[in-house]
Amino acid sequence: MLSHPVIKFLRRFYRGNTAAILGTIIVSTVILMSAFASVIAENDPKKRVARGHQPPSAELLLGSTRSGKDVFSQVLHGGKISLMVAFGAAFITTIIAVAVGVSAGYFGGRVDEFLMSLTNIILVFPQLPLLIILAAFLGQVGPLVIAMIIGLSSWAWGARVIRSQTLAIRNKEFILAAEVMGESKWRIILVEILPNLISIVVGGAMGTCIYALMAEAGLEFLGLGDPTIVTWGTMLFWAQSNSAFIVGAWWDMVVPGTAIAIFGGGLALLNISIDQISNPKLKTGSYIKTWRRMKAEVEARRAQS
Amino acid sequence: MTGIREPLLSISDLCVDYITDDGNARAVNKVNLDIYPGETVGLAGESGCGKSTLAFAIANLHNAPALISGGQINFQGQDVLTMSPEELRQFRWSKASMVFQSAMNSLNPVITIGDQLVDVVLAHETISIAEAEKRAIAMLDMVGIHASRMKSYPHQLSGGMRQRVVIAIALILRPKLIIMDEPTTALDVVVERDIMDQLYDLKEELGFAILFISHDLGLMGQITDRIGIMYAGKMVELGETEGIIANPQHPYTQGLLRSFPTIHGPKERLEGIPGHPLNLLDVPDGCYFQDRCSQCDTICIDMMPNIEVLKVPDERQVACHKVVQGEVL
Repeated sequence: MLSHPVIKFLRRFYRGNTAAILGTIIVSTVILMSAFASVIAENDPKKRVARGHQPPSAELLLGSTRSGKDVFSQVLHGGKISLMVAFGAAFITTIIAVAVGVSAGYFGGRVDEFLMSLTNIILVFPQLPLLIILAAFLGQVGPLVIAMIIGLSSWAWGARVIRSQTLAIRNKEFILAAEVMGESKWRIILVEILPNLISIVVGGAMGTCIYALMAEAGLEFLGLGDPTIVTWGTMLFWAQSNSAFIVGAWWDMVVPGTAIAIFGGGLALLNISIDQISNPKLKTGSYIKTWRRMKAEVEARRAQS
Repeated sequence: MTGIREPLLSISDLCVDYITDDGNARAVNKVNLDIYPGETVGLAGESGCGKSTLAFAIANLHNAPALISGGQINFQGQDVLTMSPEELRQFRWSKASMVFQSAMNSLNPVITIGDQLVDVVLAHETISIAEAEKRAIAMLDMVGIHASRMKSYPHQLSGGMRQRVVIAIALILRPKLIIMDEPTTALDVVVERDIMDQLYDLKEELGFAILFISHDLGLMGQITDRIGIMYAGKMVELGETEGIIANPQHPYTQGLLRSFPTIHGPKERLEGIPGHPLNLLDVPDGCYFQDRCSQCDTICIDMMPNIEVLKVPDERQVACHKVVQGEVL
C-alpha cells in the first residue's frame, strides 16, 4: 500500500514543501466547506433569520446582512457557485488554450497564421471592459454565463505561451525521432508534446482560476450578475449597495472579501509548489535544505583548519 | 617524471557528494592525485565512476546538488576550495582551463569566434583590443584555423573546427593545466587524431599539463604519461601508462583492458566485466568492486582496501587486498 506509485509521488511532492502543504490545506478546506455548506451552516442563505446587520455572535458566527440573512451560511453556499464558476472558466480556458496553442505550434504554416491572428484579436481586447459590455448586453447574467464569458475571452494569453513552448519542443530531436519512427500526428501531440507542457498548462489553469474568481466577483460587484443568486460577488454587491462599511457592519464586506483572498492565496501557493516539482532547475526540493546545511558545515570546517 | 619536482596540482582525500532526496551519493571518494608540470595524466573508468565530477571539482565548479564535502585541491600551493569568488575567477581559465564534453556546444552561437577569443583575453588581462585580436589570430593559427575565420559564427564551422576553436580558447591564456573532459568523443577518429596531434605540438611549445578524461583507453595509452583508473568514485589504480597497459594489477583495470580490441594483435574474444556499476546510494562495507570481481575473498567483503604503493613494478598504486597481498600478478 505504501509503495503504491501514487502515494510515493504524493510523498515526494509534499516532503519539505511547505507551500504545497499549506496550499492543499487551504484549497481543500474551502472546497469541502462549500460542498458541505448545507450540513455546516443550518440557516438557509436566502431566508431572513435575524434582524439586519447583527454583529458576529455565538448564534450568528459571522453576523447578518442588512436584510437579516446569515453571513456564515451565505459565504459557504456562495462559495459553491463562485468556485464552480472559477473552475469552470479555468477548464474552458485551458481546453481552448491547449487546443489552439498546440495546433498552431505543431502544425505551423497556415494553421499557425490563422490561429495566431485569431489569438491576437482576442488578446488586444481589453478584458474587463469586454466582460462588462458582454454582461450588460446579455442582461443580468447567471453564474453559468459568467463562466462562459470569462472562459471564452481569456484563453489567448495561455494559447500564445503554449504555442511558443510547443514550437521549442517541436524542434527537439525526440520529436524528429518520433516522426521518423512513423508515429501519427495525434500520438506525437498527445504523448510526446503534451506531457512536456504539463507545468505551464497546470500553472496557466491555476492562474486563470484565480483570475476567473476575481473577474466573476468583479462583474457581480458592479451589479452585472444576477443579484438573486448568492455568490461571493453578489454578497459584496449587496454589502456595497447597503453601505455596510459606512454603517459599521464591516463583517458584511470583509467576510466574502477574505474568502476570495484566502482561496486565491491557496491556489497561488499550489501553483508555486507545482512549479517547483515540474521545474527541477528551480532547485527548491527538500534536498536543497540538506545541501545548504552540509555546505555550511564543510565551510565551517575549512575555515577552522 | 614524478618525484623531486613540486606537483602543479595536488588533490588529497577529495570527496564530492550528490545530495538527493533518497540519500547522499558519494561520487568522488577520498581521491588522491598529483599532477606535475608538463605531464599528461589520464583518468579512465566507466560512465558514472566520478571522472567528470572530479574534473569539475578541480575548478570548484560544483553547484547544488553536488557538494565538495572533504579534502583539498592545492594548485601551486593554494587551496582552490578556500579561494574567494574573485580569486576563483582569476584562477579559472588563466591557471587551469577546461574543455568540456561536447565542447563545441559551449560556443555562443550569436557571437563570432574571434570575439569569443578576444573576450577571454580581455576578461583576464589588461591589454588593448588590437593586441588581444593579434593574440587570438596567433592562437587560431596554432590550432590550424586561418585568421579569416575570426569573423565566422560557430554554425559556419564544422564540428572539428569548433572543437579546435574551443581548444584555442582554452589555451589562449597559457594556463598551466588544461582539464579535458572527453574532448573528442563527438568527433570521428580522423579528426580526433588530427586534434590530438596538434594538441601535442602545442604542448611541446607551451609546456602545459593535461588532465585527460576519457573512456577510450586506446587513445589514452598513446598520449598520457600516467593513468588513473576510477571505479565507483574511488581511485583503484594509478601508475605509469606503459605499466598499466602492459601489466594491469587491479581486477577492474584488467577487466577494462580486456574490454578493448587490439587492432594489430590476434583476434580474441572480448570479455568485458560482468555485472552492473555500483549503486552509489547503497554501497557495501568492503571493496566496492566485490560483486563483480572474480578474485573476491572474505577480506574483500569485510574491509575496504586502501590505495597503497606497490614496490614492484613502478611505484604503482593499487587499491586491492589481493594485489597488496601479492596474490595477483
